[in-house]
Amino acid sequence: MNIETTTQADATNAVVEARNLDLVFPTNDGPVQALKDVNLTINKGDFVSFIGPSGCGKTTFLRVMAALEQPTGGEITVNGMTPDEARRERAYGYVFQASGLYPWRNIARNIKLPLEIMGYSKAEQEKRVNEVLELVELSGFGGKYPWQLSGGMQQRASIARALAFDADILLMDEPFGALDEIVRDHLNEQLLKLWARTNKTIGFVTHSIPEAVYLSTKIVVMSPRPGRITDVIESPLPKERPLDIRDSPEFIEIAHRVREGLRAGHSDD
Amino acid sequence: MKTLIAVLTVLSVIIAFWYAACLPMNIKGVLTEAERAGAEVTPAGAKERRDLGEFGLVLDNRFAIPATWAQDRPRLPAPHQVAQELWKTTGAMVLKGKMMSKRSLFYHGWVTLSATLLGFAIGTGLGILLAVGIVHSRVMDMSVMPWAIVSQTIPIIALAPMIIVVLYSVGVQGILPKAVISAYLSFFPVVVGMVKGLRSPDGMQLDLLRTYNASTNQGFWKLRLPASMPYLFASLKIGIAASLVGAIVGELPTGAVAGLGARLLGGSYYGQTVQIWSALFAAAILAACLVALLGLIERSVLKRMGMGA
Repeated sequence: MNIETTTQADATNAVVEARNLDLVFPTNDGPVQALKDVNLTINKGDFVSFIGPSGCGKTTFLRVMAALEQPTGGEITVNGMTPDEARRERAYGYVFQASGLYPWRNIARNIKLPLEIMGYSKAEQEKRVNEVLELVELSGFGGKYPWQLSGGMQQRASIARALAFDADILLMDEPFGALDEIVRDHLNEQLLKLWARTNKTIGFVTHSIPEAVYLSTKIVVMSPRPGRITDVIESPLPKERPLDIRDSPEFIEIAHRVREGLRAGHSDD
Repeated sequence: MKTLIAVLTVLSVIIAFWYAACLPMNIKGVLTEAERAGAEVTPAGAKERRDLGEFGLVLDNRFAIPATWAQDRPRLPAPHQVAQELWKTTGAMVLKGKMMSKRSLFYHGWVTLSATLLGFAIGTGLGILLAVGIVHSRVMDMSVMPWAIVSQTIPIIALAPMIIVVLYSVGVQGILPKAVISAYLSFFPVVVGMVKGLRSPDGMQLDLLRTYNASTNQGFWKLRLPASMPYLFASLKIGIAASLVGAIVGELPTGAVAGLGARLLGGSYYGQTVQIWSALFAAAILAACLVALLGLIERSVLKRMGMGA
């Protein structure tokens, strides 16, 4: 960890800084370059979407941020620390595509899971569970078991679980990928509200262009073989976004640019 | 209602088949006895009949058919004979207030059951401990698992006498040697089931705990152990049946005087086939009760855990 990067990160308000990041997976068919020369800065309070076809390394990059994968080259800092140090500091909450709720715990006790592990007091656990249940609009469902809830509600519960311990960074790996479009629209709206209220930094992997454009302040377009960033789009859309903003010319223009970026990434394989 | 009819149909087919099987199995013995008692038998003389087909003999001597279901020491006792013997050695003893007399199957059943339960407890405990070790240590996975598998390839009937002799030579006797044999049979399904159960959480679940910076210990108590419960109960049901077999087998080589195994052995010494069959049924009923009991415990535990949807 070099000090220069740390000070620089503090100065620029950067939460995540990736410089020339490389990651090569050894596989039976030879090495696979999952990430090549990735440079990216995520600032505090950003909502960053990663979009691209499968194999472009968007999930891998998220996992590198969370110290679930080790990069093979380059460097990355999270809150001025290595990702693994940040993980030990419990700097982020992670939401997976599946809710991963424990079937033997009801929703409240599922949300308590990270709190128990981190040693919060019983009273504090209780308080936080109620807070986050309210945030994801699931108040009153704490006593239900996962199988009694719809897929969308389960995913909201898993977001509540990730929010419960006040991590500043929320990493979401296609959290709404398995849900139908109507539920997804609703959850997108809720997620934006939640982001506005909590002021978290969010990393969000998706392969839906409208979803990426609607949610993000920054859209990172990636392409596969090797996984790399082809375009970074700073969204000019206002922070307040009703669903019908998706019919506005600005929205359509950004969506167009994303599509172009994706196509450019595809043309050379 | 429909399932009840189906179940009864299957049951009655089995019983009908059993009664039918008694005819050829017992006909020769019956005819010998009948001839001795002065009845007309075709053909006459046990020697003439020795090489004849049983079915032909039944057809030629239809008068003897009822007797094939009522012999004292038949080759194959009829269902009602077994049922009568079972009642005589269980319910009837209870009515006479001699539930724990030496002739009662409750007495013998309890002797076997106590060894079974002790062996099951040892086997289950050992199995769970081994599984925890195997899941957490690669060295144990590679060094213990092959031996556990090899241990089950040795026929228990060959091993049981040696276990008893070895334990006897170090002064261990009574219920414990039987329990050891019983544990030897029951630990294996528990090891296999628990290893699978403790490993059942997928990569995502483990990654999630990693993002919480959870310790291995926390991962075990909060994720792996609860996730393994359905697997554990499946293994326990196999394990308890194996335990019972182990306890019975453990009674055979010692010439034990008490226990279901002793009843089997005694029956075969004296040609008491009815006694053998009733002991067999007692063992089967006992096993069924134990498995059903575990099923009830499973239902209530999983329900309390919220998994019994």
